[in-house]
Amino acid sequence: MTITTPDQVPPPPLDPISVPLGGTGGTPFLRRGKEKLPQVVSGITALLPLAALLAIVAVLFWKAYPAIKYNGFGFFVRTTWRPGSTYANPVKTGGVLHPLDVSYGALPLIAGTLESSVIALAVAVPVSIGTALAVVEKLPRRISYAAGLFLEVIAGIPSVVFGLWGALTFGPVLARDFSPLIAKHMPDVPVLDFFRGNVGYGEGLLTSGLVLAVMIVPIVAATTRDLLRSVPRLPKEGAMALGMNDWEVARKVSLPWVRAGIIGAAVLGLARALGETIAVAMVSGSILGTVPPNLYEGFSTISAAIVQQLDGALNDGTGFEVRTLAEFALILAVITLLTNVAARLLVRKVASTALPVGRGV
Amino acid sequence: MAAQAPQTRSNLSEGLDLYGRPPWSRAAGSYLGWGLCLLAVIIVAAPLVSVLWGVIGRALPVWHWSVLTEPTTATGGGLENEILGTLVIVAGVGILAGFVGILSGVYLAEYANGTFGAVLRGASEVLAGIPSIVLGYVGYIALVIAFHWQYSLAAALITLSALTVPYISKATESALRQVPTSYREGADALGMAPLRSLSRITMKAALPGITTGWLVALAIAVGETAPLLYTAGFSESLPTLHLTHAPIGYLTYTVWTFYNSPFKGQQDLSYDAALILVVIVLVLIVASRLIVSLTQRNTEKN
Repeated sequence: MTITTPDQVPPPPLDPISVPLGGTGGTPFLRRGKEKLPQVVSGITALLPLAALLAIVAVLFWKAYPAIKYNGFGFFVRTTWRPGSTYANPVKTGGVLHPLDVSYGALPLIAGTLESSVIALAVAVPVSIGTALAVVEKLPRRISYAAGLFLEVIAGIPSVVFGLWGALTFGPVLARDFSPLIAKHMPDVPVLDFFRGNVGYGEGLLTSGLVLAVMIVPIVAATTRDLLRSVPRLPKEGAMALGMNDWEVARKVSLPWVRAGIIGAAVLGLARALGETIAVAMVSGSILGTVPPNLYEGFSTISAAIVQQLDGALNDGTGFEVRTLAEFALILAVITLLTNVAARLLVRKVASTALPVGRGV
Repeated sequence: MAAQAPQTRSNLSEGLDLYGRPPWSRAAGSYLGWGLCLLAVIIVAAPLVSVLWGVIGRALPVWHWSVLTEPTTATGGGLENEILGTLVIVAGVGILAGFVGILSGVYLAEYANGTFGAVLRGASEVLAGIPSIVLGYVGYIALVIAFHWQYSLAAALITLSALTVPYISKATESALRQVPTSYREGADALGMAPLRSLSRITMKAALPGITTGWLVALAIAVGETAPLLYTAGFSESLPTLHLTHAPIGYLTYTVWTFYNSPFKGQQDLSYDAALILVVIVLVLIVASRLIVSLTQRNTEKN
């Protein structure tokens, strides 16, 4: 039905740039819809990360629930790792199917995760603060640029390559030349005797902690650097006018100015160290079921245990080991979620600097 | 160390400062402090040099160009299937995570204000902080098992994208925020529709920043192992483009599995794979730096 009356001449062509996508036709409602299109479509995609986060926690909880029920609160204080009998008939306790004589404890893995991360932080935080101070306050621009590039490359090197380096190069050198010196000369008193013991061949707590330290330096150093750059110029100039030298300005004005932010940066590094998987799995020695008695002993972390045990867990016909690993993953997810949120709140308190995500830089 | 309370005037007359310290002590403190900072820079740089040296030193003596053209066999062979598999995975992540990441970055920069925007932003940042093995485990439970996709490209892509979207979204958001408001106002004043103003004006100005973030995400996709082990599986045959029910090989698997293999052929392969990984990552980082410096030079000229 195309009846054209003489007064219905086609409108003159519009300047293409002012024509909304899809033309100017349609009802006002449709036009409004077209104008809203980018906002709606991008809004839906922007919801995806939040949805993914909720889905992760929900899936883990759904999978882990029977394990949580059977393992109970004792899970956090037990040190056992007994997959149970695969030959005997599975048993049902409280509605949860599991192999006979099964018993898992989380204490060794939680302790291993915390200990290796604390070693990493103890090494990485001072080094990162020193680097950030030198880069922002002292070094010439060109060297600062090179240092930034170095940090970026360290953040980009795959963790499996760090694992290879730790297992084949760094660990053996550490065990041969460095660890014996500490192990021999530490006095045999409580606390310090943690540093004594058989140094082994370089797979263990110390190697893992130091490899982790290398890996979290980029995120801590880059965040600290950006925080230090955000310190306003006036207080620094005021301090200089009072006769402070550049070290005193850095130490007594810049650092205190961003102290809470630096704590946040450290917690960000902690979150990364807690979750690092592959590199730790390659240098930890993979000992399950014992809390490491000294600095050099093999151990494992939650993440390393998940990646190494899942293969074998699939042989558990009752699926109980897979569920227990889901409980571990849930614990790890909750811990890293909390540390990340805390870190971000701390840094935001100090400066509105753009925070690095994930690995940093 | 807490300084003591300022002393009497006599300090000054003896050439000491208000805290009773001789003049050289402050200079010495400064030298000591900066010396420690320089030492810290060296401590940061040394492991990287050692890592690169270690990888190159192990891979170069055993390097054969046939590694690039032969598939993996039971005791050695080459890396053709892993290299192609990594490229397929990276291309897929580039498209999927690129699409989602850039769009959500646009929303965060252009439309999301107030509490809702802060929640979305926080969720994205926290997602990037979730350990990659947790993502891999959820991918395994949900996609590989519950959806019956088995080890497959689709499961790997979705898991890796969850990991990399926050990087792209963050880069897009901060690049868009740096575009001057007057650009948007100019486009509005000319009567441009929102979509056209976004694609022709603001996105164009933010493109270098977005590309840099995208390259970082690609570098992460190249280097990740934990999210892939139980989603992509592994395969010794060349990658097919089947989205489900077909495991796929990738370079990081080779390093992770073969480095302590009893076969020398497999050990050598893991060193070669590590070298290729490092080279790809370095190329991506240099490319992103080049984009930044080239576009900065342009803006200075204008």
